[in-house]
Amino acid sequence: MKERDKLVEYFRDQMKKDPDMASAVAAIRTLLEFLKRDKGETILGLRESLTSATDCLTGVDSSVAVSSGGELFLRFISLTSLEHQDLSRCKKVMEERGELFLEKISMSRTKVAKLCHTFIKDGAKILTHSYSRVVLRVLEKAAAEKKRFSVYVTESQPDAAGQHMAEALRKLNVPVTVVLDAAVGYVLEKVDLVIVGAEGVVESGGIINKIGTYQMALCSKAHNKPFYVVAESFKFVRLYPLNQQDVPDKFKYKADTLKTAKNLSEEHPIIDYTPPSLITLLFTDLGVLTPSAVSDELIKLYL
Amino acid sequence: MADSGVIDGPGRKDEIERAKSEGKDLTKEEKQRLRKEKKQQKKIKEKKDDKASQENEKEKKPVTSAAPASQPPTQPTVQKAPSAVPATAPVSVPASEASVPADKPTKTKAELKAERRARQEAERASKQTKKGETGQQAATSKPKAPPSDLQPVVKRLPEHIQVDNPDVLKKLAKKLERQQTPEHYAAKKIPLRSDYGYKVSLFSHLHQYSRKAPLTQQLSIPSTVIHPAIVRLGLQYSHGIVAGSNARSVALLHAFKQVIRDYTTPQNEELSRDLVNKLKPYISFLNQCRPLSASMGNAIKYIKKEISNIPSNCKEDEAKNKLLNCIESYINEKIILAGVAIAKCAIEKQKISDGDVILVYGCSSLVNHILCKAFEKNRKFRVIVVDSRPRLEGKEALRRLVQKGISCTYVLISAVSYILPEVSKVFLGAHALLANGYVMSRVGTSQIALVAKAFNVPVLVCCETYKFCDRVQTDSFVSNELDDPDDLIVTRKGTTPLEGWENESSLGLLNLVYDVTPPDFVDLVITELGMIPCTSVPVVLRVKNVDQ
Repeated sequence: MKERDKLVEYFRDQMKKDPDMASAVAAIRTLLEFLKRDKGETILGLRESLTSATDCLTGVDSSVAVSSGGELFLRFISLTSLEHQDLSRCKKVMEERGELFLEKISMSRTKVAKLCHTFIKDGAKILTHSYSRVVLRVLEKAAAEKKRFSVYVTESQPDAAGQHMAEALRKLNVPVTVVLDAAVGYVLEKVDLVIVGAEGVVESGGIINKIGTYQMALCSKAHNKPFYVVAESFKFVRLYPLNQQDVPDKFKYKADTLKTAKNLSEEHPIIDYTPPSLITLLFTDLGVLTPSAVSDELIKLYL
Repeated sequence: MADSGVIDGPGRKDEIERAKSEGKDLTKEEKQRLRKEKKQQKKIKEKKDDKASQENEKEKKPVTSAAPASQPPTQPTVQKAPSAVPATAPVSVPASEASVPADKPTKTKAELKAERRARQEAERASKQTKKGETGQQAATSKPKAPPSDLQPVVKRLPEHIQVDNPDVLKKLAKKLERQQTPEHYAAKKIPLRSDYGYKVSLFSHLHQYSRKAPLTQQLSIPSTVIHPAIVRLGLQYSHGIVAGSNARSVALLHAFKQVIRDYTTPQNEELSRDLVNKLKPYISFLNQCRPLSASMGNAIKYIKKEISNIPSNCKEDEAKNKLLNCIESYINEKIILAGVAIAKCAIEKQKISDGDVILVYGCSSLVNHILCKAFEKNRKFRVIVVDSRPRLEGKEALRRLVQKGISCTYVLISAVSYILPEVSKVFLGAHALLANGYVMSRVGTSQIALVAKAFNVPVLVCCETYKFCDRVQTDSFVSNELDDPDDLIVTRKGTTPLEGWENESSLGLLNLVYDVTPPDFVDLVITELGMIPCTSVPVVLRVKNVDQ
């Protein structure tokens, strides 16, 4: 149990050190540290302990990205031929691959920003939802390219994350307006395109994101405005929800709520599922994908 | 008309020899002409043998002889195929007569076309007589030009779906002839099953057979060309005793196992080549009894590949054992274990949860298996079984599910929009998954998917990967199967309204078997490789090809 607590502490430290880092990256750093400290004797035991560590971290931060990042990390390091006789050499190989993985994903946000900023034309009006660091990076890059655009951000209750986003954008000298969540339909006729981040990208090509995204996607479909999603590739997860109800409860509610609440149906979910038919394009570090190509990429990643 | 060919023959030959001697290369047309000539001369020889029966046929069919001059070369061959068979059994004569009224409606269209062509040929003939060619030759090359309007766009359709093209029928008859071994007489070849009844014009390119005229009646006894297990299988297919794509594939593979067990390599022959040649007439025979499904096609491809991969130094017993094991493992892996994996995936990933109301259509062995397994794992759900005429396969599904103890409701397909608001998920089986993501399944499936989409109910298709095929199809017309139209006739309260339907010239009965569902209506496909969206079928096909 002490190990668990150490792990959780390390994770929280990482999150505090760099608030700009995605929670999944922090989780992967933690797992790498755990791997280095692990004193297991077998590869299978190592894998099992890593899986349980991921579960433990999901208990702290119940976002989809943490679980998907953990699973992908595990797959990446164990994808090599682990046929060395010596366990320590195997572990060394795994650690090297883990560092490599970490390096790759720290570059992913820059790659996404490079791909996406060209879709923002001069004079564009953009609508976005809640606080997403990837979207922020994209808008930073676009601003650096001397493009003039203005942004509408939804307030995104219950945590008012949209205000946070608005502040960050004001620092970049981008004209920004905060709108109510209920005003999305009202403001869409003024808007040229919609860009949102994602907490998880599912097998069907749909996304899981902060509650309110599904509404925004439906309205933009009705208004024929393009709906773009920006996400790093470690957010691809092996879920296949058919509708809102099908998303597992462990992702829908915050970790603390899951532990303390008596009746989950009285709680408010913090995420929702947007089906692929409403998404125009996904920008990932693997390239610009249509929703049906996501399954292709997932097959390559996981099989 | 046919005799004129003999007279003109030597004249044309001289011209060609002149052209050769002059050092000119034979043009494409002249080469075609040469080929046609050789064929005609062969036909004339054979005609002289059957002349007596031919004259009888010609008297019976004054209509067809009225068709203009452009059709004579094709006419005698269409008559020849059924005329060769009467030597073996009298049953085929009424069958061939039955095919005449079928030809009638298509001939009227073709007659107009032929008249136009005749005019064109006359003009060409006058031009060509200047060059020294006769109109007759132009006429023989003409029937190749499209009777089917699709020809300029599509290069070559497979033979079995061009029933209204007499050339293709001729080719098919020849192919069946050639599949006999040389020492057998013509009497022992595989007979060509003839179509029955009036075909609706949109589907006239497909075969429509009657269950009352099974192919086996035209086989001589003993039939040494076709193995008895295959004859039995063919009968089971054509009478619908073995139905459903998994059942048909498994039955086919078991029959092939029997064939391989009874097989002995003849002298101076290699097992890997001879066995494949032995299987070809069996496959043609089964295709005539009931058109092969995509899953059967894939299974046959696999077997042929395994047979041809047998090294030549392998002893016969070893080789046979190896093949039997291959077939056994194919059935086990691709069908049985795949079904288990799919059920596991569906249940573990919470696709069947407590309180679900699941709609199923017809009788899919895989869907029934999944539901039974889910019930064993104590999931609380109820099932709505949708059924349709004339097959009423839903009754079988209902029986199996109720036996397990699952609570079921039974409706006909006309009530599906009434019942759909209650439904939480739709589970469909598939006959084949096409390369562009379309799902080919029992007729009525696309209707259910459409209505489910309109009600926002998720549609799940369950399909093993051995049913994935490389074909691309966007509609249900191009390639389908027509069942016996007499199945649609029903007797209620002592009256049979459709009783004399063959006598009504403007009435056609259409009994379609399959239809095609676009991928936008399907939310999820569950295969043994996992859950994939419908648009990812080509990815799976690509991965499979890489594996092989």
